[in-house]
Amino acid sequence: MQTLLRTPLYERHVALGARMVPFAGWEMPVQYEGVIPEHRAVRADCGVFDVSHMGRFEFEGPRVPAALQRLLSNDIDKVEDGGAQYTLLTNESGGIIDDLIVYRVEGGRFFLIVNASNREADFEWIESRGGAGTDLRDKTEEFALLAVQGPRALERLGLNDAAPFTFEMGEVAGIEVMVNRTGYTGEQGVELMVMADDAVALWDAVVERGATPCGLGARDTLRLEVCYPLHGNDIGPDTDAISAGLGWVCALDTEFTGVEELRRIKEDGPARKLVAFVMKDPGIPRQGMAIEEGGEVTSGSHSPMLDRGIGMGYVDAEHAEPGTTLTIDVRGKPRHAELVKKPIYNKEA
Amino acid sequence: MPAAESYPEDLRYNQEHDWARIDGDEATLGITWFAQDSLGDLVHFEPPEDGAEIAKGSSYGEVESVKAVSDLISPLSGTVLEVNAKVVSEPETVNEDPYGEGWLVRIKLADDSGADDLLDAAAYKAFVAEQ
Repeated sequence: MQTLLRTPLYERHVALGARMVPFAGWEMPVQYEGVIPEHRAVRADCGVFDVSHMGRFEFEGPRVPAALQRLLSNDIDKVEDGGAQYTLLTNESGGIIDDLIVYRVEGGRFFLIVNASNREADFEWIESRGGAGTDLRDKTEEFALLAVQGPRALERLGLNDAAPFTFEMGEVAGIEVMVNRTGYTGEQGVELMVMADDAVALWDAVVERGATPCGLGARDTLRLEVCYPLHGNDIGPDTDAISAGLGWVCALDTEFTGVEELRRIKEDGPARKLVAFVMKDPGIPRQGMAIEEGGEVTSGSHSPMLDRGIGMGYVDAEHAEPGTTLTIDVRGKPRHAELVKKPIYNKEA
Repeated sequence: MPAAESYPEDLRYNQEHDWARIDGDEATLGITWFAQDSLGDLVHFEPPEDGAEIAKGSSYGEVESVKAVSDLISPLSGTVLEVNAKVVSEPETVNEDPYGEGWLVRIKLADDSGADDLLDAAAYKAFVAEQ
């Protein structure tokens, strides 16, 4: 028996008729009207997601920048105050404990937004290795987080455009918010961090301005179309960043946990690679299905934009070229897919 | 547009949420309003082959929504005469009209088709109310 946590927006989700499911210890909306219309709303206009379940840590102190440089794969020195960075928390073998975004506030103060399912493990790892002169606090339940995403997101919120991976304090409908220029959909948009007590008023204002309420189902299909990895599916403690195609967030000229192993994999070339594919045959690939060319599907679903099955998975490096035909075991039936260059869905194309 | 909840009187049902419309020695099969509502928007129908033998209580195909896969459990035994090609190309037809345009297969009934213990609409409705 486990009690599920509820975000400050739980009552709103129920009132909107959402289908609520357990996810990483939280009771979250998987869909309202349906995954497909919600997905299309984000690609065409604007959707709002309650992502308050994601872990939020404050990390403060004079030695925090040095600690983050040791703990995270990317180069923290490249982040200025008001900047954000996608990065990995790595273990000694170069495996991925979590992928996260670090926000540099000012005066040696940082915010980390981590996956809900890894919140406790991350906290323990960072706290035990942060060292003197660092103070880590879990602020998850003091705040709510709304992702407002889509080509009309900024217009509907009345916000100006700004560079991706920056943030500033701002106001939406008179409510003070931290406006983060980040997201998980491949669309323009923001993630708004707000005091938990203001979450309902902010949600109502955003919906009032025409954002479509979207659940975790659409969040998953949106991120898969643009090939953003999902921790626990595509990446994890037993997979390394180089094989996962995340070498670009690893500053191999810095000293962080597991860097020697990653340098070696980079030097030798990875044995397997995380690739993206589109089904040529009917059928929908699902996590765990075997790929004949030496691996398995790590994420699979139906693409609402392509109207067919899509997925990602690991294959032997020799079979990782775009254009390669893959054979996927769809519940006993061999089905063909074409390996494609990431992202699977490209707005400009 | 999604269909409104209904369970027609002229159909017979099993507890796996499949329906059968029996007409002489043939029957049409599909999934109920409850099944399509639980699954959400259907995006794939994996049909049996024409001529395949299907057995009461066994899987004769699959339907999938974005998030879930569901086996189709045949309410009757028989031989597949026809697969609904419209549902193969437009699976959302099942959400729009689960008992009409959204039928899945037409079968020729076996001698011992197993029709006797299927639920009528009232019994199935009572079963759904408990879910």
